[in-house]
Amino acid sequence: MSVVFVLIIIGILVASVFLIAFIWAVRNGQFDDSYTPSVRILFDDPVSSKENDRDLAEDKSQEKQSIKS
Amino acid sequence: MELQKFTYDNRITRDFAMATIVWGVVGMLVGLLVALQIFIPEMNFSLEYTTFGRTRPVHTNAVIFAFVGNAIFTAVYYSMPRLLKTSMYSKLLGKIHFWGWQLIIVAAAITLLAGYTSGKEYAELEWPLDVAITLIWVIFGINMFGTILQRRVSHIYVAIWFYIATWVTVAVLHIVNSIEIPYSLMKSYPVYAGIQDALVQWWYGHNAVAFFLTTPFLGLMYYFVPKAANRPIYSYKLSIVHFWSLIFIYIWAGPHHLLYSSLPDWLQALGTTFSIMLIAPSWGGMINGLLTLRGAWDKVRKDPVLKMFVVGITAYGMATFEGPMMSLKTVNAISHFTDWTVGHVHIGALGWNGMLTFGMLYWLIPRLYNTKLYSVKLANAHFWISTLAIIFYAVPLYIGGITQALMWKEFTPEGYLAYPNFLETVTQLIPMYATRAFGGSLYLIGMLMLVFNVIKTAKQGSLVKVEEVEAPALHALPAVKTKSESWHGFLERKPIRFLIFATIAILIGGVFEIIPTYLINSNVPIISSVQPYTPLELQGRDIYVKEGCYNCHSQMIRPFRSETERYGEYSKAGEFIYDHPFQFGSKRTGPDLAREGVKTGPIYKPNAWHYNHFIDPQKMNEGSIMPKYPWLAEKDIDLKSTAPKIRAMKRLGVPYPDNYEHQANDDLLKQAEEIAQNLRDAGIETESTKEIIALIAYIQRLGTDIMKPQVEEEEE
Repeated sequence: MSVVFVLIIIGILVASVFLIAFIWAVRNGQFDDSYTPSVRILFDDPVSSKENDRDLAEDKSQEKQSIKS
Repeated sequence: MELQKFTYDNRITRDFAMATIVWGVVGMLVGLLVALQIFIPEMNFSLEYTTFGRTRPVHTNAVIFAFVGNAIFTAVYYSMPRLLKTSMYSKLLGKIHFWGWQLIIVAAAITLLAGYTSGKEYAELEWPLDVAITLIWVIFGINMFGTILQRRVSHIYVAIWFYIATWVTVAVLHIVNSIEIPYSLMKSYPVYAGIQDALVQWWYGHNAVAFFLTTPFLGLMYYFVPKAANRPIYSYKLSIVHFWSLIFIYIWAGPHHLLYSSLPDWLQALGTTFSIMLIAPSWGGMINGLLTLRGAWDKVRKDPVLKMFVVGITAYGMATFEGPMMSLKTVNAISHFTDWTVGHVHIGALGWNGMLTFGMLYWLIPRLYNTKLYSVKLANAHFWISTLAIIFYAVPLYIGGITQALMWKEFTPEGYLAYPNFLETVTQLIPMYATRAFGGSLYLIGMLMLVFNVIKTAKQGSLVKVEEVEAPALHALPAVKTKSESWHGFLERKPIRFLIFATIAILIGGVFEIIPTYLINSNVPIISSVQPYTPLELQGRDIYVKEGCYNCHSQMIRPFRSETERYGEYSKAGEFIYDHPFQFGSKRTGPDLAREGVKTGPIYKPNAWHYNHFIDPQKMNEGSIMPKYPWLAEKDIDLKSTAPKIRAMKRLGVPYPDNYEHQANDDLLKQAEEIAQNLRDAGIETESTKEIIALIAYIQRLGTDIMKPQVEEEEE
């Protein structure tokens, strides 16, 4: 049943890809806000609320920091 | 903040939506045909191309990859730009994706009907199409990840996470399961054999259900249900939690398709365990979907879109509870190989995938054409007829499945099988099959109502080809590597790019290098009396695969007294080590054939019986539902293919002697002449070079190896 090892290796590799994606998502702050995204999709107009500007500003400052470091 | 102007391209969404509808009609029509063929064998119209063994894969492939596939792409191409406030990455790639996928579908239908099949369920397409699917999937991936990278919203909405998981996993599954060695322009052998092939196949098969029929549709649900109800999803937190748990658990559930087979017990237990665990994340999705409608039930009463979503999500909840229950060994002992499985699958397919797709289309089409739905009344009628159709479809199959399983297992007080003739358990089901076909035709009628409604809606409006929108820029980092940072830092900053690179690395590195070398020396328990197939048997086996016999006949005797009494000794892993591909099957519309050739066995039939039975099954078994195969006695064995086949088998580690390919046809003709002579003795005049001779040779070989007197088992 050597193919089991192949499947396990591939399974673990796929799982690690997802794990990396998960860690990135958490660090990126993707899940910090667990309410607004669900509401935001209901509005298809251009996004320009104050809240969103603040989000973007935060993103900006984070990215600046990451470039420096 | 600077506002940027950009556009949503509705043409590509419209194209995929129309393709969904067209292939939906085709797939369901073929579905109705196979539903009729299963109890009216004449429904193949005496054509080899339209026998059940070939039409059933056309049905499954059409509804899964054409109907559901295009529905997924419709949802992705509509929702992703809107969720990410950007255009799709490339219009050209979108077009290549669209036309490439449709061409593959057409080619799939033609090749399957022509008999080119790899003999593995839901992965029947042959190697050139496997390559084409990979290319188009990569193009889809570039387009999808490109869009994510150029997004103007930092947050990646949960629906997109489901799309990402779909893309990554389907790519891996498809490639791993399709590694095969071509021996001609259109035909190949899978590198895995027997029980290993079975494990890979059902690892693929189950995850195809998970990552083609489930995750993308959860993504679809998370976009279109809130949109249609104009309410945020019940719990965004729950959606995140159940997404991550679902994708981490799903991949190990595959072995539950092989319970009681000769797969090692620990793997069976693993499959069951993960299947039970799946209830939690699956129901997380169902609950989240249904509770989104809390306080909006007044809308559900009126709006056909929401009605369809409610039934679809409920069907998802039922199927994902039933599935884990069926993966319990005690339940599986009854449900496996029967129509129960078919009923279960169709709750998911007709309910979850079908209803969600219909709901999406009824919501989407009026928006694409900037108008109102032509007839809400007709859509409501479609809802009711489809819901009834699901009940008429599934309930008879549940009754039929359990009835047949119990008949198989019934013993008389004296200890004999109560229904020793398999056919008795089949004719019992004919009324159920008829009711199922009725349910199926109701569903098709509903689909035609949708077609009419969509055409009328499109005609009364006009397509909004592009929607112009604007959104503030998400401050973007330079796309190229800056001098001051390391390569890895660059990769880390672009996680999605990293994801792509990582996936490609897995595919190329792992798959093409490690796997084939791993499998040559397989450590399945070796049974010394199990020998490779003779050239004639090999040709016969390929005819067995080509005609799709595995769609109705299993080759796996489970270790139950009811099965060993009926078919003979239960199957051992070591018996299948030269089977490229494995042919265990998953449904017993006809009896198991694993010990068909054992002369002392309970189901042995002489050559002449098989000959007559292939030509006219009803003559040998009154009431049989097997189609006639008269062309087998007319077509010649393809002798030119013998040498390439033997060479391919040798490359896969099958121990034929050196240079055997040159001698193979002599051996083949000799063995064929023996069988032809035996048939002549029984009064049947036939040439020895006909396909039917090869198929008889294969059938008479089945299960015989371990019955040889000099059996010595060596366990390694």
